[in-house]
Formats: sequence, structure tokens, C-alpha cells
Amino acid sequence: MDRLKFDEHLCTTCQTSDCLVKCQFINLDRETAHREVMKIIKGGDSSVLRDCVTCYACEEYCQWGNHPFYLITERREEKGILTASRAITNQWINMCEPQGKYKVGEIKEKALSCCFIGDLRRLARGKLFEDVRSSYILGPEFFCEVVYLHFAKPSVIRERLPKVIENINQLGIEQLICMHDECYGSFTSLAPAYGIEVNFQPIHYFEYLFEKLRDLKSEIKPLNIKAAYQRPCSSRLSPDKYPFVKEIFGLIGVEMVNRKYQGENALCCGEVLRMVAGYEVANDIQRKNVEDMVQSGAEYGVFNCPYCQMALSEKVYKKGIKPIHIIDLCKMALGEE
Amino acid sequence: MRDVYNALVEIVGEEYVSFRKEELYFYARDPGLMPAHEPDYVVAPETTEEVQKIVKLANREKIPIVPMGAGMALTGLIIPLKGGIVIDMKRMRRILEVNEKARYAIVEGGTSQGALKSYLDRNYPNLRHSIPDAPPTVTIAANVVIHGQGRLTQQYGFNSDMVSGLEVVLPTGEICKIGSCSMSPSWFSKGPTLPDLSGLFLGWLGTTGIMTKVGLKLYPKKKMRDVELFVTDREDLIPEILFRLTHTEMVEDITAWFQPKPIIFQGNHHVTLYITGDTDEELEFKRKMVWDSVKEFRDNKDGGFMWILPAMKPTFLDMPQRSVTTFADVKKGGGFEYSGPIALIEKYPVLARKLVELGTKFKVAYSGMARVIGRSHAMMFGIAFTFNRADPDMMERVRKALHEGITFAFDQGGIPWKPTAEEQKMAMERMDPNTLKLMKMIKENLDPNGIMNPGNWEVN
Amino acid sequence: MEFEEIVHRCFRCGYCKFTEDYHDFNCPPYLKFGLDTYAAGGRMWLINAWLNHGIETSKHYAEILYLCNTCGNCKEHCVFTFKEDLLNIFEAAKAELVEKGLVPPAVKDYLQGILVNGNPYKEPQHKRGRWAEGTDIQPFSGQEFLFYVGDVGSYDEPGKKMAGSVGTILPKAGLSIGILGSKEKCDGNDVKALGETGLFAKLAEENIRLFKEIGVKKIITLDPHAYNAFTKEYPKLGGKFKVWHYTQVLAMLIKGKKIPLPGYKVKVTYHDPCYLGRHNAIYNDPREVLRSIPGLILVEMNRNRKNSLCCGGGGGNFMTDVSGLGKDSSSRIRAREASETGAEFLAVACPICYKMLDEAVKEEGLEEKIKVKDIAEIVNQAILR
Repeated sequence: MDRLKFDEHLCTTCQTSDCLVKCQFINLDRETAHREVMKIIKGGDSSVLRDCVTCYACEEYCQWGNHPFYLITERREEKGILTASRAITNQWINMCEPQGKYKVGEIKEKALSCCFIGDLRRLARGKLFEDVRSSYILGPEFFCEVVYLHFAKPSVIRERLPKVIENINQLGIEQLICMHDECYGSFTSLAPAYGIEVNFQPIHYFEYLFEKLRDLKSEIKPLNIKAAYQRPCSSRLSPDKYPFVKEIFGLIGVEMVNRKYQGENALCCGEVLRMVAGYEVANDIQRKNVEDMVQSGAEYGVFNCPYCQMALSEKVYKKGIKPIHIIDLCKMALGEE
Repeated sequence: MRDVYNALVEIVGEEYVSFRKEELYFYARDPGLMPAHEPDYVVAPETTEEVQKIVKLANREKIPIVPMGAGMALTGLIIPLKGGIVIDMKRMRRILEVNEKARYAIVEGGTSQGALKSYLDRNYPNLRHSIPDAPPTVTIAANVVIHGQGRLTQQYGFNSDMVSGLEVVLPTGEICKIGSCSMSPSWFSKGPTLPDLSGLFLGWLGTTGIMTKVGLKLYPKKKMRDVELFVTDREDLIPEILFRLTHTEMVEDITAWFQPKPIIFQGNHHVTLYITGDTDEELEFKRKMVWDSVKEFRDNKDGGFMWILPAMKPTFLDMPQRSVTTFADVKKGGGFEYSGPIALIEKYPVLARKLVELGTKFKVAYSGMARVIGRSHAMMFGIAFTFNRADPDMMERVRKALHEGITFAFDQGGIPWKPTAEEQKMAMERMDPNTLKLMKMIKENLDPNGIMNPGNWEVN
Repeated sequence: MEFEEIVHRCFRCGYCKFTEDYHDFNCPPYLKFGLDTYAAGGRMWLINAWLNHGIETSKHYAEILYLCNTCGNCKEHCVFTFKEDLLNIFEAAKAELVEKGLVPPAVKDYLQGILVNGNPYKEPQHKRGRWAEGTDIQPFSGQEFLFYVGDVGSYDEPGKKMAGSVGTILPKAGLSIGILGSKEKCDGNDVKALGETGLFAKLAEENIRLFKEIGVKKIITLDPHAYNAFTKEYPKLGGKFKVWHYTQVLAMLIKGKKIPLPGYKVKVTYHDPCYLGRHNAIYNDPREVLRSIPGLILVEMNRNRKNSLCCGGGGGNFMTDVSGLGKDSSSRIRAREASETGAEFLAVACPICYKMLDEAVKEEGLEEKIKVKDIAEIVNQAILR
């Protein structure tokens, strides 16, 4: 049950092997890449299983929607290849274990998922959220489980995700606004890939913000600032939502600066990679990323994922760039806070 | 009775003497598990001369005296086992001098750790002292009397090693200067190159005199301070991890700890280590040294560094760490006590396993914490249990667990830290007879009337 | 006893004695008496002992409980999860003493005064509004705001002076405001803190009834203690009014340019009243008022805001005077601390602080160096210059 749906044939006939050729961390030519992909599929001993830093990007690079990263993760677990140490891996597994300490608001058909991130609950204030703020879920019982991809523990996802979906269903939620795009990725990419049924409608909060801002258009005071956007690893699971960033910026008068590391070429925040790939890799990513923001002439560094924000806030601030979550940026345009 | 009371009133003033039931009740106990015993009087002097007069009075009347700081050793060291006068030293809390260039401070016998920290933060931002994680009310004098440890113990040894001079009221009432201050206005050495007499007082648990002034070495305080947390699921690796970390000579405080709750900590051993620097470069260089020193363990997945979220950092960077104190209320009962034997770091695995065993056997909530002393020269291994003060049965189970824990630690070659009266007896039974004889000689000569904190370090 | 299930949880660790950065002890009775029994941890352990028959009720036990100034420093700095209940526990323990009739004579006298005369000064009710003579302030007759003065502002000299200053400035700024005069009653805040919960309930209910009868909707208080009772306790008894402390109103009026402020070159330090600061987190408004006076230099004492040292008058101690004025009394320590800043004025915002600190400055012989002034008085002086 819940086995990864993976179409081997798509890879056999793939002419580009983009998944590995485009990888920012593993340098392979097209032929070697193809060979390694096939090795992974066959259960062979591919170097990729050791070298992958878990940036999720190949999920976006694959033009067939064939989930190369999920496969790498499966194979790693099968072979007992750990990314982080046992202790750290277990720490994360323990940390998000449901213990009945969740929070649930006055649930309506439409609800906000704050995942297991208290900051998201704090962000959901003001005019943008006044209709839905009270209808929310928060806690490990509603945790999207995607993070275990980093730790090569898909078994935890397979075990816990159906229960999370069941928990949401039991509350009678029909539309779930995901405040963390990792949750959105979980319900629209990860769950289907494993044949786990999702019978509510996940809505990415970008889409929600966009609609709301359009409604509140008359109250927006354009910010007239330049901002660099930090694209998180999890956004690789829902690349179709990326254009909303530009749309939202447009509505609130923010110029999205051109930078080297944007779109498909985005660099992750590096902090989870510190645990799985070491500090050298993480420091390198963060240095390049922050330097690029500086080069781009951005006044603000805009975050989507609260963890990216925690990881990079101080570092960008020291370089004279103001860190801010995209929701707070929208609130600013509405004259809040 | 009335005569002693009147004499004490004469010395310190009526407000600062009591033999009312309320004070006797309070000063009969500490927050730990030792049985209470009431003093006859409680007195709070303000000057060395007042302390001297009290000591002389006690000699005349042959009445015991027990000097007390905040009473937070938790092992009953300030409980007046034979009654007498408890001298609460906390009114003597002035900071008398800071010599910035020679990096030492002179404080009165009741000055708290918190007050010195605050004073240095405000007036000498380049200086710090080795503050322990006990509540900030605890006093500097009491801390060195019990050979306490603190934030700089990994770098510079026991806090008592950092003493740079003493003024002591001897059990017979003489005021005595110890160290360079005995012949110089400067308080830079507690002994060397003179005969080191500080050993007559440090570690004696207030049985050989009352410290009215302490000279304490201060150390450079860097502008920045950060924390890293290395986590492993194998306790047997901890000694080697600590050996490599101390080899870097880049780290401030190092502690290794484990506890079953909250669930994030379950099953793992954690090494908290602090790095400091005046610049980002210095800090990052030290961080690199630290990460590199344990690369082998990272590579073979035996351990790794935890991501300490910004919200968690203040808890770790807090000095003293409030979370150490809040352990007391884990069972909603306001109590904890620990035995803190000093042992070789190679004993960490067996002591850790023993603590888990004790927790299960006696059904009590535990926490294990080892603070590195010197460059892995030894460790203080805290066998800590929290208890509910309203649950006598739980308190009894904790007493038994502690007893079994300290016995085991002795069997492993450890020595006691701030031992209870009973643990002192157990230690003396294991001591070399000639060592005991020397202790007895010293004690009898210094305190002929046996009035100083009797019941402690009592050689029969 | 109420809250008795919490009392044993105190570890007597002493965080509660300190300011936040451990600069010095900050518990008034502990500073004065120097024995641990007088600090919050001592009280907790003694109450626990009393509950478990380790000690009996005694004169000294009652004295220790009533020496607490309810300043809230312990509640601010305690590290345990039950910290919010510390003062409630002390109040409950005092309530037990009240019930058994074992309160110290001075406290009994204080409560008796309020019960019989309506105020602890045992002055006749008709004298209540006397402070207002010579001001433009009118009796309340449906104005927008009620100016509630309280016992200390009505009867005590420094308090009356302070009421006069506020009563002068507010009507001048065009505020529609009236006072109750002889109809005013004790707010009961300190009665409750002394454990006389029955008398408090009676006073609160009478006040609420009166306020409702005459159509009071908005209240400005002179006394932070009254502000505390009106905002925290009265709503529980059905008395929901909009309440401001006068310093908040001054800050608003100045911001709205309703009070012209000429320059006034003077160095001032501000003392946070416990019931305005720690108990209600109003730290900025009084400072804003002072800072808005051109030329006025505001300097801070070492202990300020949530680390402010109580004047020693809280918990009824300004009247019951259980502790007396020694050199280690917190009012005298505070007077010395204020003087050390080099300020010419020690600004206060509470009539009790005014009384306590004014006396302490005299006791310390510092009258030539520093004068205690209420914030409205300083504003008035600035205007008159």
C-alpha cells in the first residue's frame, strides 16, 4: 500500500535527464546522468544516493512529473543510507510525533493550515485573514511530513501522512488554505505520488493572498521598494504557484529584482542541508545566496517559508537587507504593522 | 537563651536577629531532601567586624554557627545539624573593587553571582566571571567554599581555582588574609608563591572559617557568544567527542546531557558547547574548528549538529540558565536534587546508563548532565531527579535513587561534590587514613570548640 | 485556602528577589529586613508551612504577609509557570487571616476606617471634594468623563495637591469632565490586596451601581491603584467602563496639541508606580508627557520600567506603615537612587508614591537636591512659566 508511483519507462526514454543534469550540487553530463538514473531505478549503487543534498529541485526539473527525488529518497531508505546522523534523524521523527497537543480553531468549511509552525498562526492576522483567522489547525497532528524527504525516511511519510489527511477530513474541512507551501506540496504532489487520497481542496496561500489583495485593492498603498524573493526547497513541489510571487508583488508595488538564483535556478536557505550535507555545503549556499541578493540591489529579502526566514534573517540583515515574510509585506502595503 | 539573643542584638541590631518560629522554620531547611533541623537563632550581619563578634560570642557560649549564602546547594549544607546560629551573609553584598587590568574583583562574603555579573556587564563589558547555572542569588563565597563550577570551568578549572585572595574570620574569631593580600594591597594570588593557605578553607563547607571577602579572577569577555549542540545516540562516544572538542581549545563551556522529556530529546545525548568571538571571523573560525573536530562522527552518521532555532537560542545562551531551575517544577512539585560526583569523563557511559536504570527502578523523573572540568581532566556528573514536594513517597524514592547513584559513582572512582552529611561519611570511610588524620589535625587546630558548621567533614 | 494546590511548588530559588539583570534585590520588605522569610520565596514557604501545620498563625507571620507591597516584582521575575498566581496566593493567605481576625492592628484600623468612614483617614465624606476648590472642575453631571480621585487624592496633602494639578489641567484642555465629590467612595484596590475580599466586593458593587445610575461611561483615575481595580476587577462584577490613567490622557491631549507646552529646562527622573507599570504595563505614556516638554531632560534611574523599585506604599503599607522608615526602606533607597541621577525633580504618577517618596526625600535630607513632583504639576509649571 502507498507505494511510490514511478514510471520507469519515462526515464528510459527521457532525452534530457534534466533531473540530474540541472542539479546544482552534482555535476554530471547527460550520459552519466542517464546511467545513474537507471541505476537508481534498478536498485543499483548510484553515487547520487550518497551525494544528493536533498534540495528537492529535481522534482521541478523533471518535465514528466516522474518524482525523481521521491525515488532517490525511497532507494536511500531501502539501502539504509542516512542523510543526517541517526540522532538528528530520530530527533526530527520524535519532534513531530503527534501527542495530542494540537490546536484547532472554530472550524468552518474553509480553514487555515498553520502546519506545525506557530509563526504561521501569528502571521495570519489583519484584514487579509479576518474571515478565516479563527478557523485554523496547528500542530503535529496536521504536520505535512514533507521534511522527512530530507532525512530519507519516506516510511514515516507513508505511515503518518494518511493519518494527517484523515485528521483534516474529520474536521469537515473542504478547502484548506496552506500557509506553508510545503503542506500544499504534500497534498498536491507527495500524497498523489503515493496514491494517498486527498478529499479536500488544498489552496496555496499565495493564491489566497492574491485574491484577497485584489479585493482590497483600493486600500493598498504601493510600497515602491525593490525586493529579492527567497524561493524555498518545498516550492519545487508546486512550481506552478511561483508566478504568483510576481503577481502579488505587482499588486503591492514591489519590484521583484532580477537575480542569478531565481526561478528554476533558486538556491535554498541551506539550513536543513547543514544537518544532512554538512556545514561546508550550507555555508557555501548561504554565502552565494546572500551575496546574490546584495548584488541584485534589493532593499528587502522576502521569504515564503518561515524556516528560510529563520535561517537567513540575520545574515541578510547584516548585509543591509531587511528580511520580511511575504505576508508581512502585504500587510505593510495595507498599512498594517 | 535571652543572653545570646541580646548579645546578637547588640552586635547587629534588633531587626537582623530572630529566634521567632517563622525564621527558625525557614532556616531549618533548604529546597533539597535533607531532613530539617532548626537553628536557635538567625542573624544577618553587615560587616566583617559583626561577623567576628558573632564568632567570638559563639566561642564563648560554645554554640554552633553555620554561615549561609542562598542555601541552594540542595544537599543540606546550611541546615544547622546541631542547632546554633545561622549567619545569613547576604547583607554583606558589596562589590569592593575591580582591577580591570589585572582582571580580578574583590567582593564581600554575601555578594551574589547575579550581582557581580550585572556589575561587570554594566561597568566592565570586557570582563566576566565563571558564573554557575544555579539561580543568580547564590553567593560567590559559598560557591568557592563548595568548589563550584561555572561557565569558564572547561577553560580554567573549578571556580575555587579562580580565587585570588580571601579574607576569613577564623573559627576563633581572628580576621585573617589569605594570599597576596596578606602582605600587599593587591589581590592577584590566593597562595603562590607563598605557602598556599587557601586550601584550609576552599572545599571545607564552612567548617574552618567564614569568608568575608573573596578575590575572584575575571576573564576576557568577547563581544559575541553562540551555542552549538552536537547530538549522538551513542553514550559510549561521548568521552571521545569531549576529548576532541577540548583539543580544539576553541570552546568556552561544554556540557553533555540527556533527558527523556520533552520528546525531542528522547534517546539522544547532547553536547552543548559555546563559542565566543570579538568578530564574525573569530566566531566562524572557531565554529569551523569545532565542526571539523568531530567530522569523523558526522561522516559515519554517529552524530550531528542540531539546528537550534532562533527561538530556542535565548534558553541556551541565558546566564545563569533559568531552565536549570525550572527542572524543579517538572512534576509540578517544586523540588529537585542532584548528586554531582566528580569523575573521569571515561565514566560518562556507565554513569549515564546507571542514571537511566535508577529512573526506571525508582519510578522518578531524571536528568543527566555532565559539565567538563578543564580540558577533559574530569567532569561533574549530575545525577538529578525532580520531585513533588507534596508527595513524600516520591521524595523517599528520590532519596534512595540518589543514595544508590552516589554509591555507584564512588565505586567508579568518583569523588563527591557538595556532599550531604551522609555522603561525607561515605567518602571519609573510603579515604586514606592518613588523609583523614591530617584533616582532623587541621580542623581541631582551627576550630578547638568545634563550633563551625558541625556535622560536616567531621572526622571521628 | 484558595490556590493552596500551588503553594508547595515554590523552589525558593530567589529569582523573584532580583531585577531582571540581577543588578540588585528589588523586593521592598526583603531589602529592609534582610532575612529570606520576608521575600516572596519566604512567604511561599511559610504559607505552605502554615497550610501543613509546620507553623501556627502568629503576629510575626501576619506581619510578614502584610509587609508585602504587592509591587509585583516577584511575579515579573519568577521563572516558574505559576508566577501569575504569586500575588493571588499572598492575597488568599491574607484573606485567611482576615477571616480569623488575625490581621495586624494597623491593618485592622485601616480596614475599619474604610468600613465605617469610607476612607482610611477617618475623615468625613463631605471633605472629599475639597481639593477641587479653586479649580474649574465641576461636579459630575453627565460629562463625558468622570475624574475619579480616590482616598489618597481626596485626603492626603500630597494627594490633594496632585488632584489639584490634574483637576486644573484637564478642564483647561477642554475636556468635559466632572467629579463625584462627597459621593465618591474608596475604589477598594488595596482593600482587596489586604485580603478583605468581602469589603472589596461591597465597595465595588456600590461604586458600579453609582457609576451606572449617574451615567458614567468613561473614567479617568488619579490613582493607578484605582485604575487597576476598575480595569481588572470591576469588569468581573459587571462594571465595564472605559478607563484611563490621567497620564495616558495627558499624553493624548499633548499629542492632539490641546495643551500648549512652552520650554522648561529641567532634569527629571520618573518613578514607575507598580500599579501603572508592572501591573498594567503602562510605561510609555508618562514618559511621553515628560519628553514632550521642550528642554526637559528625562533621565532614568538604574531600576526602571518593569524593574522599578516600589515606593514601599503598596499593599496598604502607606497607611499601615508596618515597616516604618529605616535607611533600608525602599522609599529611602529610591530617594537616594533618584538623587544619584542628578535630576532636580523626581516625577511621580501616583499619590501614594508621592507621599512615600516626598517623606523619604526629607528623611534622607535631600530636599535641596531633588523635589518630588507629580507629572501634571510639572506640566502645569511648564505652562505657567
